[in-house]
Amino acid sequence: MTDEKAPVESNDEPMEEVVPEPAVALPGDGVLDPIVTAHPATVAVPTRHGHLLSVDREDLVDVVTAARDGGYRMFIDYCGVDHLRRRPRFEVVLNLLDIDRKQRLEVHVAVRADEPSLPSLTGIFPGANFYEREIFDLFGISFVGHPDLARILLPDDWEGHPLRKDYAVGSVPVQFKEAHKAR
Amino acid sequence: MSDTPSLTTGDRETPSAESPLETPTPVTDSDERRRLHDVWVAGTEEPDWVKDATDEGAQELLSEADETSLATQRGTLVDDDYLVEDDVDEEERQIINMGPQHPSTHGVLRLQLELEGETIRRVKPIIGYLHTGMEKTAETLTYMQGSTNVTRMDYLSPFFNELCFSLAVEDLLGIDIPPRAQAIRILMTELNRVSSHLLWVATQGMDIGALSMMIYGWRERELFLEFFESATGLRMNHNYIRPGGVAADLHDGWEDEVEAILEAMPGALAEYEELLNENPIFLDRTMGVGVITPDEALAYGVTGPALRAAGVDWDLRKAMPYSGIENYEFDVPLGKHGDVHDRYLVRFGEVRQSLGIVRQVLETMPEGDFRTEDRKVTPPPRKRIDESMEALIHHFKLFTEGFKVPPGSVYQAVESPRGELGMYLVSDGSASPWRLHVRGPSFANVQALPVMMTDSLVADIVSTLASVDPVLGDVDR
Repeated sequence: MTDEKAPVESNDEPMEEVVPEPAVALPGDGVLDPIVTAHPATVAVPTRHGHLLSVDREDLVDVVTAARDGGYRMFIDYCGVDHLRRRPRFEVVLNLLDIDRKQRLEVHVAVRADEPSLPSLTGIFPGANFYEREIFDLFGISFVGHPDLARILLPDDWEGHPLRKDYAVGSVPVQFKEAHKAR
Repeated sequence: MSDTPSLTTGDRETPSAESPLETPTPVTDSDERRRLHDVWVAGTEEPDWVKDATDEGAQELLSEADETSLATQRGTLVDDDYLVEDDVDEEERQIINMGPQHPSTHGVLRLQLELEGETIRRVKPIIGYLHTGMEKTAETLTYMQGSTNVTRMDYLSPFFNELCFSLAVEDLLGIDIPPRAQAIRILMTELNRVSSHLLWVATQGMDIGALSMMIYGWRERELFLEFFESATGLRMNHNYIRPGGVAADLHDGWEDEVEAILEAMPGALAEYEELLNENPIFLDRTMGVGVITPDEALAYGVTGPALRAAGVDWDLRKAMPYSGIENYEFDVPLGKHGDVHDRYLVRFGEVRQSLGIVRQVLETMPEGDFRTEDRKVTPPPRKRIDESMEALIHHFKLFTEGFKVPPGSVYQAVESPRGELGMYLVSDGSASPWRLHVRGPSFANVQALPVMMTDSLVADIVSTLASVDPVLGDVDR
């Protein structure tokens, strides 16, 4: 399986330029308006059941803390995305929920490939613990301040991070060799 | 290990230097035998092969953990209800493993426990034994093939996986689903909720000693699986709900089969309650056991019956309705204490509400198409392929490259029997997902196990674990 692994990211590849969208008007939400005002790099977009915030890496902890104190008390989901040809390459998506107002909040953070790390959210939401370990395991993004950052789904001695797009799907040698040749 | 005397060295031929193809192996024959036949006597020094055999390295419960880790494993991060009795001897502390091969872990979950006598002091769930890389697999499959993949994640509620995936894809496609398809989806998912809860009550009963409950639960679940088989062709992993609608219309006579289920269930539920409600052993082993507070549940992302048992009124079917569920009347049962017994009551209430929804679907099933007639998503009928060139092209394109989904991302969630099942789908405009992340409800619920388990007795582990109803296919994906 190691033979089939694709080479790591090279900077010569054509890449999509991500032009930051012009700051839209305030979301018109009592909790999110102060957050967007206080962090100028933050962009808010309405979604079907709430809002989507694109925040800077440096603002992440502040924004999430403010959102939690503003009512987004429920931790739902945290996952990574590898946009191979985009710069910054990785994106991490946090999902929070305000159960009183029935509003969802998606927080998107871009992560650079040459510096794959983020501040840990375990101090704000204990539920982020397993999810950050999962992102670390499958994408190789490390979380600074995580109390127990170890692989979670794969064995400790596994090489590579499988959900990265440059990690080949791979195959397992089959027992029936003739059948394998015929393909 | 080379200095240890080996019984078998004399038998082995030394590898000849003349055969360069033969690479020297680090594991010698004698080491292999040692692994097979030797036993390690407790109290003596631990040999290497014992250390390596089951070691999970940094993923294990570490003795010298830092303060936050310790608080996580004690479940004191949100609400500190941890009791320490000073008079317990340090020598009473021991670390034991429960699982991954243990019948009460409902799969291949491993719990590392630190005990102080009979009391649980620290818990760490270790997962990943069933990881099959389904999120990676989903990126290699087209959207048409995708529901075959996701249906295998939470194998006790396959319809919910398919529904969630289909809703996410349809959201990006921007297509409308005919009313009959939506009603069939609700019918199937609500029946699935009942069958999943039946399996839960069977295993919960079995884990705490009510063996007849196990037999009864599986018996009634069979009714549902038989109906699923006649409607979809398969008892589990149906691949029935697909982007665009459902795979096939309901078969002739489905009304009678559903009616038979609806007639059988009230009697069966009464039978279970007669067995459990007044049973002193059942009450003792469930009341006040495995408590989680609302604040803890929210901070850990615990959803489903475990959240509602804590008294939080949150059901996605009411809060963010999907697939036309807002057209049916039902209540959301709530608990008060957040313990195992309240989860039992909540689940039984949900079974009754789901049967009520199924009754309403049965009476109001609309006529019409069972899938969208958008030819870019749905294959044309067989007879049109012989007549129309365009139908032939559509058929060919659909089954070779699949349909393309506009670029974008969406988070779609449904209320599965275990909680919020969410899928975050990113499309790059091609025929297969760029990224499909699955937010399995069991993953978050397993994470909160230390909160529920610490300070209780060893015997309560199985009761608490069963009440969370984890499906390890959903945890590890």
